[in-house]
Amino acid sequence: MYTAREEIYLRQIKGRYASVRWLFVWVTQLIFYGLPWLSWNDRQAVLFDLGARKFYIFGVVLWPQDFIYLAALLIISAYSLFLFTAIFGRVWCGFACPQTVYTEIFMWIERKIEGARSARMRLDRQPASVGKFARKAAKHAAWGAVAWWTGFTFVGYFTPVHGLSAAVVTLTLGAWEWFWILFYALATYGNAGWMREQVCTYMCPYARFQSAMFDKDSLIITYDAERGEPRGAHNKNRAADANRQGDCIDCSLCVQVCPTGIDIRHGLQYECIGCAACVDACNGVMDKVGSPRGLIRYATEHAMVNRSTPAHILRHAFRPRVLIYSVALLGIVSVFFGALLTRTPLMMDVIRDRGAMGREVENGMVENVYRLQIMNTDEAPHRYRISVAGIDSIHLETADEVGLGATETRGVPVTVRIHAGKGDKGSNKITFNLQAIDNPQLYVTEKAVFFVPR
Amino acid sequence: MADFTNGFWGIYITVLTVLGIAGCALLLWSQSTVRIDIPEGGQVETTGHDWEEGLSELNNPMPRWWMWLFYITIIFGIIYLFLYPGLGTYAGKLGWASAGAYQKELKVADEEYGPLFARYQQTDLTLLAADPTARAIGERLFLTYCAQCHGSDARGSKGYPNLADTDWLHGGDPAVIKATILEGRNGRMPPMGAAIGSDKEIEQVAHYVKSLSGSAADPIKAAFGKEKFAACAACHGADGKGNQAIGAPNLADKIWLYGGSVSAIMESIRGGRANAMPAFDDFLGEAKAHLLSAYVWGLSNAPVATGNTQ
Repeated sequence: MYTAREEIYLRQIKGRYASVRWLFVWVTQLIFYGLPWLSWNDRQAVLFDLGARKFYIFGVVLWPQDFIYLAALLIISAYSLFLFTAIFGRVWCGFACPQTVYTEIFMWIERKIEGARSARMRLDRQPASVGKFARKAAKHAAWGAVAWWTGFTFVGYFTPVHGLSAAVVTLTLGAWEWFWILFYALATYGNAGWMREQVCTYMCPYARFQSAMFDKDSLIITYDAERGEPRGAHNKNRAADANRQGDCIDCSLCVQVCPTGIDIRHGLQYECIGCAACVDACNGVMDKVGSPRGLIRYATEHAMVNRSTPAHILRHAFRPRVLIYSVALLGIVSVFFGALLTRTPLMMDVIRDRGAMGREVENGMVENVYRLQIMNTDEAPHRYRISVAGIDSIHLETADEVGLGATETRGVPVTVRIHAGKGDKGSNKITFNLQAIDNPQLYVTEKAVFFVPR
Repeated sequence: MADFTNGFWGIYITVLTVLGIAGCALLLWSQSTVRIDIPEGGQVETTGHDWEEGLSELNNPMPRWWMWLFYITIIFGIIYLFLYPGLGTYAGKLGWASAGAYQKELKVADEEYGPLFARYQQTDLTLLAADPTARAIGERLFLTYCAQCHGSDARGSKGYPNLADTDWLHGGDPAVIKATILEGRNGRMPPMGAAIGSDKEIEQVAHYVKSLSGSAADPIKAAFGKEKFAACAACHGADGKGNQAIGAPNLADKIWLYGGSVSAIMESIRGGRANAMPAFDDFLGEAKAHLLSAYVWGLSNAPVATGNTQ
């Protein structure tokens, strides 16, 4: 049981929402293609160095220990999705999703090479010829070029992009670089060139759980059936026949511009990605036939039923669900940026030696050994002073100063002693403090346990 | 396959796997003969079951490319099972094994890092101890391979010698340290209880041993113990200063491997002591042992920097 894909020949549409979409294409792609080429302090501004496990984002260097920030970022993304979907419906799908954005770029290329909708349909019906082959070959070559550049840029986030471009020019790419560039390029080419709406309808889980995020006050693309029906060809005597004739002239333009090939007049469907192409198309038609705009428009289910005004819709936007999402999102975002801005570029793990609990040394002093795993996540070298506190007479037996290079990690063994008779038998709570000598603001304190033999 | 006690399970897994793949292929083939063309604007049939409140399930056909993916998966599976171990005891055409993959990774790592260690191998150990880079490498090696027993600060604990002092069981020359790391050491003190006599006599010897290092001891008991110490002198020497050639510890200093209290010394005399340091030659190789020796030697000796040692 299978079915072949019906090719969707998309008609180009101009209008307010199409312009917004192109704006998003430009913004997202300028960022994506441009970011790897920016420099920051003699290094790539944004680089995810998986080999060295360091993640550079402008002035911030994140380490695997900072994984919590990634988790917070994902939570922020999820809550943004909830919030925007609850208010605006699937605006992410229609305007900012990479699948939509790359499909838009690929369709623009297709239009430039193969022509408008009717020309493309004619071309596909033609028998094989040199001209047809040339056009198809040109299209796929252009698609391939964009896809290649996309794959190259993607890998440029993980491998220094200047070295990568040199390796491309001299054909000295490593096997993994080849693999990931081609993999990502192939995915772009396949998804934006061939799969298109099938990614949304068959692969993307978001399309299937959108209904859980919608409520009756979410904005969705809506066909005003009450106004539009009964549909039919426009005739000059419409004013007189107003009782029988709806505003929809059944021109089917809304279907021709739909990237997922559905008829919005059937109501909300899971295929609808909320791109508003049909709104642009229908508004253009309404202008031409002299009817008011908005036969197809952004509206909520409530507004449709109650025939309410945009002001009414706006009031309904401030409903508990939206407020709760907003508060949660605002909270996480503030905590995220607060933590990121006050983050100390210094980390320390105290690892107690397990071989010996505690040992008695001369004059009855008790000694414990620790390894301080010090991580200088700053991009400058520092000297630090190590100190220990928590028990009377506690002191370091080993050197109390240590120097670390920029973004260096070092395990520093330290011996800690207390005098005879001090501390409780068994475990004692102590703290290690590490403070940069050149910058007292740069310090970290970690808890540890000092063991006195019974 | 050593995981199983007999050949049955290998065959069982093979049969299940092959039948599973064949079943999937059969189902796929039977389904892929039915092509459904949905008429323009037409409605797909439902499964016929009404769930609740008119909720029914559409019987949507799957897209053709998806069907091809299933075929590709089956072909991939067959090729994989041919090349790699998966079917019972069949080892696969490529002969891949996880142990082999580990060996390969080790080899790659050795090729990459080997030269880093090897370039220090010709440098004299005492000079190497003054080289900060070599010391840093040595420290990392020590923390990885030696710190479990000797402690992160190399000062040992009961039964594990302190490497940061000037007291050596087998000698503290750089070359001897290296030999210790490469070949390991066995420290054996036989039980001496029978040779010395009663508990009282053992206690007297213990007091004498304590007195050797000037530690507080009962002078009368120590005087009695001195006679009995003759049994110990064969290894530890008449003056108790030990013998590094056989690893007999110096009893005349205040450093005690198993504790310096009378009871601990009595326990050592009565039951003897057996200790061992494993040999690291096969595991670390000489280049790493060389760097480690320099680091350990440098812990108790002030290395004299003589400029660039490379």
